[in-house]
Amino acid sequence: FLPLNLFEQFQRIANAYFLFLLILQLIPQISSLPWFTTVVPLVLVLAVSGVKDAIDDFNRHKSDNHVNNRPVQVLINGMLKDEKWMNIQVGDIIKLENNNFVTADLLLLSSSEPHSLVYIETAELDGETNLKVKQALTVTAELGEDLQKLTDFNGEVKCEAPNNKLDNFTGTLALRGEKYALDNEKMLLRGCTIRNTEWCFGLVIYAGPDTKLMQNSGRTTFKRTSIDRLMNVLVLMIFAFLALMCLILAIGNGIWESDKGYNFQVYLPWAEDVTSAPLSAFLMFWSYVIILNTVVPISLYVSVEIIRLGNSFYIDWDRKMYYPLNDTPAQARTTTLNEELGQIKYIFSDKTGTLTQNIMCFNKCSINGKSYGMLPINTEKVDFSYNQLADPKFAFYDHSLVEAVKLNDVPTHRFFRLLSLCHTVMPEEKKEGNLVYQAQSPDEGALVTAARNFGFVFRARTPETITVVEMGETKIYKLLAILDFNNVRKRMSVIVRSPEGDLTLYCKGADTILYELLHSSCESLKEETTEHLNEFAGEGLRTLVVAYKNLDEEYFQDWIKRHHEASTALEGREDKLSEIYEEIEKDLMLLGATAIEDKLQDGVPQTIETLAKASIKIWVLTGDKQETAMNIGYSCNLLYDDMADVFVIEGSTSEDVLNELRKKMKPDSFLDSDEINIQIEKSSKNPKLLPDEQANGVYGLVINGHSLAYALEGNLELELVRTACMCKVVICCRVTPLQKAQVVELVKKYKKAVTLAIGDGANDVSMIKTAHIGVGISGQEGMQAVLSSDFSFAQFRYLQRLLLVHGRWSYIRMCKFLKYFFYKNFAFTLVHFWYGFFSGFSAQTVYDQWFITLYNLAYTSLPVLGMSLFDQDVDDRWSLLFPQLYVPGQENLYFNKTVFIKCMLQGIYSSLILFFIPYGAMYNTMRSDGKAIADYQSFALMAQTCLLIVVSVQIGLDTSYWTVVNQFFIWGSLSVYFAITFTMYSDGMYLILPASFPFVGTARNTLSQPNVWLAIFLSIALCVLPVVGFRFLKALLRPTASDKVRRNFKAKKRPPPPSPKRRLRRTSTRRSGYAFSHQHGFGALIMSGRNMRPKSPFVYPSKDFGLSILPCALSGFSSSPKAVSCSWGKRSRGSKTSIQYP
Amino acid sequence: MKNKKSSASQEAETRPSRCPDNSAFKQQKLPAWKPQLTIASVLSTFFLTGAFCLSVGVSLIVAANSVREIQVDYSDKCSNCSKLRENSSNWNSECLCSINFTLAEDMLGDVFMYYGLQNFYQNHRRYVLSRSDEQLLGRNVDVQNSYCAPFAAYKNGTPMAPCGAIANSMFNDTIDLFYNFNSSVIQVPLLKTGNSWWTDKNVKFRNPDSHNLSAAFAGTARPPYWHKPVYLLDEEDEKNNGYINDDFIIWMRVSAFATFKNLYRRISRKGQFTDGLPAGNYTFHISYNFPVTKFKGKKYVILSTMVWSGGSNPFLGIAYLVCGAAATLTGFIITAIHLKLRKKKTYFQRR
Repeated sequence: FLPLNLFEQFQRIANAYFLFLLILQLIPQISSLPWFTTVVPLVLVLAVSGVKDAIDDFNRHKSDNHVNNRPVQVLINGMLKDEKWMNIQVGDIIKLENNNFVTADLLLLSSSEPHSLVYIETAELDGETNLKVKQALTVTAELGEDLQKLTDFNGEVKCEAPNNKLDNFTGTLALRGEKYALDNEKMLLRGCTIRNTEWCFGLVIYAGPDTKLMQNSGRTTFKRTSIDRLMNVLVLMIFAFLALMCLILAIGNGIWESDKGYNFQVYLPWAEDVTSAPLSAFLMFWSYVIILNTVVPISLYVSVEIIRLGNSFYIDWDRKMYYPLNDTPAQARTTTLNEELGQIKYIFSDKTGTLTQNIMCFNKCSINGKSYGMLPINTEKVDFSYNQLADPKFAFYDHSLVEAVKLNDVPTHRFFRLLSLCHTVMPEEKKEGNLVYQAQSPDEGALVTAARNFGFVFRARTPETITVVEMGETKIYKLLAILDFNNVRKRMSVIVRSPEGDLTLYCKGADTILYELLHSSCESLKEETTEHLNEFAGEGLRTLVVAYKNLDEEYFQDWIKRHHEASTALEGREDKLSEIYEEIEKDLMLLGATAIEDKLQDGVPQTIETLAKASIKIWVLTGDKQETAMNIGYSCNLLYDDMADVFVIEGSTSEDVLNELRKKMKPDSFLDSDEINIQIEKSSKNPKLLPDEQANGVYGLVINGHSLAYALEGNLELELVRTACMCKVVICCRVTPLQKAQVVELVKKYKKAVTLAIGDGANDVSMIKTAHIGVGISGQEGMQAVLSSDFSFAQFRYLQRLLLVHGRWSYIRMCKFLKYFFYKNFAFTLVHFWYGFFSGFSAQTVYDQWFITLYNLAYTSLPVLGMSLFDQDVDDRWSLLFPQLYVPGQENLYFNKTVFIKCMLQGIYSSLILFFIPYGAMYNTMRSDGKAIADYQSFALMAQTCLLIVVSVQIGLDTSYWTVVNQFFIWGSLSVYFAITFTMYSDGMYLILPASFPFVGTARNTLSQPNVWLAIFLSIALCVLPVVGFRFLKALLRPTASDKVRRNFKAKKRPPPPSPKRRLRRTSTRRSGYAFSHQHGFGALIMSGRNMRPKSPFVYPSKDFGLSILPCALSGFSSSPKAVSCSWGKRSRGSKTSIQYP
Repeated sequence: MKNKKSSASQEAETRPSRCPDNSAFKQQKLPAWKPQLTIASVLSTFFLTGAFCLSVGVSLIVAANSVREIQVDYSDKCSNCSKLRENSSNWNSECLCSINFTLAEDMLGDVFMYYGLQNFYQNHRRYVLSRSDEQLLGRNVDVQNSYCAPFAAYKNGTPMAPCGAIANSMFNDTIDLFYNFNSSVIQVPLLKTGNSWWTDKNVKFRNPDSHNLSAAFAGTARPPYWHKPVYLLDEEDEKNNGYINDDFIIWMRVSAFATFKNLYRRISRKGQFTDGLPAGNYTFHISYNFPVTKFKGKKYVILSTMVWSGGSNPFLGIAYLVCGAAATLTGFIITAIHLKLRKKKTYFQRR
């Protein structure tokens, strides 16, 4: 490790530079400083960064191991054995159980469920939380649980090379000479979770980095902050400056040597091999490089690392970012990006699990014109104890609804009966009374659960019947038809026959659709319900309208016949079916409406509001569908009705749409005279940075996945960025993980802005990795997002604290640090430059060599570290209260080239003072007892004392938050300086090592003189007073936001208490969100009974499976992401299946 | 599987919470002093500094003005000697030079005699390095390994004592001061010891241990430019001989700049000179040995009294006055700006 690490460290330019310096110092003709002035800092720097690298490495291994060592059952030689994830190989057969993560991309072979169905949750992959069904091939389903058969299973899979298309898979399985087509329906992708399925077997097709998930996660790139890049530029600038100074001094030396030095040779002959002035000048160039190298201080990089590390620890330690419910503290997983947190301009957020809790909650309803459901303030939860089958987790706060149910109110009963009948939920009752619903969409689950709690318990279903326990009484309804959901219909209906023999159609759907189908007698009820719907929608709830219709027996018989015909039609079945459906779904009787809350995480709207005030733009990128995404957009205050317009781009040629958008937002942006157009014209080839544009209003943009695909191609890209960035809010729905990354990449490419991506699932990994900063929501089951993130915490609302408090502080601290650091080194080094003009350009240093060694290391490092670890210009409450304080960071106002030049000028000014005041005070002067004081050693001591006190006062001036530690560091450093100086200049040290400590007695003889102290005071006054005056006048004449807040802060000692949480309320247009799965429902499956558990176990036809072993063809797909969970291997153990890629 | 899960949850219960400590340090809530640049603090800083600087400046200038100083450029005045020394082959021939001057006023108190050199780059890096502190400590060192080259040893291997360019170029003029009193000439008594730092004399420089000095320096040779070996620097005073000779010590404390003056002698305050140098006519008798014209340098002899702030250098006083004036002026400017802004603010508020 050690030599490797050393090698790596010397690859860093800075360290290599110091090695080069060290070599220079070993050349006697050049060496102007003893070797230890470079070696001591270098060793220290290498040691510190070495230790840090070691710790990082260790931690990374630990987290990788966590994933790599998850157990999974693998079939090996006919036995199931626990293996680690990382040992999974292609061709292995794996057994997964309920709630397991899918280990690799698997071909589903068989499962415990009928028809070898497997239910999976793909939230990790695409953010959708509904269950999806996968079904195995019949031939493989026969294998069942029989380990022997599975072991003997011998087929050959041919499939495409690893790719990143999540919704596409083609391949063939060759089994006993027959070929079977494989498609995505038979694949279990890594990142999914098995649900509602006891066990299943799968054959590994892609493992490790070749899984679709990993293929989608993008490359891991080493992230650097913009300050890092700026620093590199500055260091290069400083190198140029250094070279310039050395050149000037070298030329000076050449002139001096030929003019004065030549004559002075009587007393000081030229060095042995120096024969001419130019040669001497050449050597002197390098000597000055050594002396002046401190303008690029070696400790810079190490100090920066330490500061970042310290600020990262604060994030880990922050109790206000600790989530007690699942015991998750915030975590800074990357310790090198802190200050970038203070510069975020764009946030790319996932929806599911990030903004929302992914919990649907039946919140309100309107039944027969009466609205139920109050805000959960001061009211107790409704007691459902009368109902044995109630779900204890369900909470409802309006007691009048329970009363209505208990009073046998007919519409109320009908309402809940509808909810318990009209759905495609699958019940599961493992223990008596312990019902678990498996819903395709969480909305449906919520509705059925609500009905269950109010006494209409959906208990079981067969293809023909639905068993409901109505107020304690078990009733079996005959299920006659399910008129399933699809995207056009936006509704679903069931037709049931009650035990009493009544035929009823129950329907629920989006209000816009259902209102068209109502019976004319419902007009007045419709109005009342509409009012309620508006109210619900105003609170951001997802609403559904429910209605029923009693059916005539004759008519129904006729209808069902035609329905049967339609459903068996060979041509145009879909159309015919929907025609048939439409025919019966009319003249419905309105029952009421439901309102479901897609529960946002706590504080999300407030957080978004705060972040928006900090002029951070938030883009939501979700795999979910458009209605859901927009609904969430409204409920978390991203979109609001005051916006001038919200554009929805769905078209496949988005160019027209874009044109239209821009015309509206900024009419002149298409004219050739528009500045930006001109600019784009000019620099047509290179990727260009777009300036920020202002639209003529507040706009929102919603863009669909497939439109986005077009927009991301070719030259539309630019248009998209321009348009999207003019909008206040952008919501992209139905995007793939890779598209998420592309969107982030797009903004990174065209905007000079820092981006942050936040998400919780594996589908967010790619954008988390692409963005400048990736944040993972931790605490949930999945780890993928967290593992690839730079920061992680449990709740979205912590983001504002991370950015506005920690990010802001880190940024300000880093900027202050850099400003001060460059200042102090310029002030320090340039004194040598001035002295060159007075010492014959002989590379004579002003300071004692020990001072040069220790200046950056011991005397000035701790105070500045103290400042950059503790400084707070305003405290956390204020920075959250005034998000505007965040803006200077985005604009990078606190440290840029201009600021650097200013520091440099200040440093030059200080160095002038620090040289010429001691010079003037010393020149031709004596002590009051007539003895010498203008000697070199006294001058050195005086100059270095001046310098140290001046930079200490300067750090005091920069520090705005003086903790005990700061006091200790500043005073401590000064005392250490004097202590070390007196020690090194003492008799004892001299007598031990006369050559190293020749300054004996200087301190005692010099620092006892009044005029020395007067000179020191004068230097301080001249260096510091202008800064004080300048800063004060700047704050007075052109106050920054921070100055204003600080002035307020003085006026009022405490910030006002946070205003009580406003209930975010919108009053206008209602939005009906039929947030069911975008897919077809389970209706067909249910009616066919295919997913019903059979009463008798499968009887497998016994057949022999032949054996043949084929080598895997696996070359050419190697890639090495961070956490390699599985490795490719060429042996196939146990299973005899081979997989081939073309 | 279920067993595993329950044991995991048990583990979680027994495991300590990962909640961070609630310490002021970790929560960044350390009590702190938050100083701000307020109008009061800024103005008081400027005015106080200004007042302090002005008063210090005035007292420094008053003090510097009370210093009496006579400076004579004798490389000019003894031009014949200067010419003679230009040719190094004449190194052995003596050259004496007398310079007369008149003191118009008494020089009261301690009077110090300095020699000054101009354009002599004692601060040149190679010059500064060219010494062996160990040798000067009386230790037996191999000077060949030191920075003394090319003044480390002779070609025959005899090391120079002391070695190095500094020692070799030691100032070796002798200056005597005579007081012409009523046509009689009185030599002003001069003190040649006690002119160097105590630490130099007692710590930094030591003669090699031996029963007598010449034996101690046996096996070494004088530096090439010297007229006599180091153990004959002061034959009268054993404690001022060898490395611990004050003139040598003072020369070895190299100056920070190319123009400098070194303390040569102090006037011994006895007899007529108890109160200092009385006004009258004086003569310097200079034995001119140290060549300066070669490197276009100049030599001075200086007589000066001292005050608390040192010699006659007016720089600090002037600098303090300027700084004080500037600080006060800035203070007034800031006051003006502040008042103007406040007026504006109240004006706006009223509207």
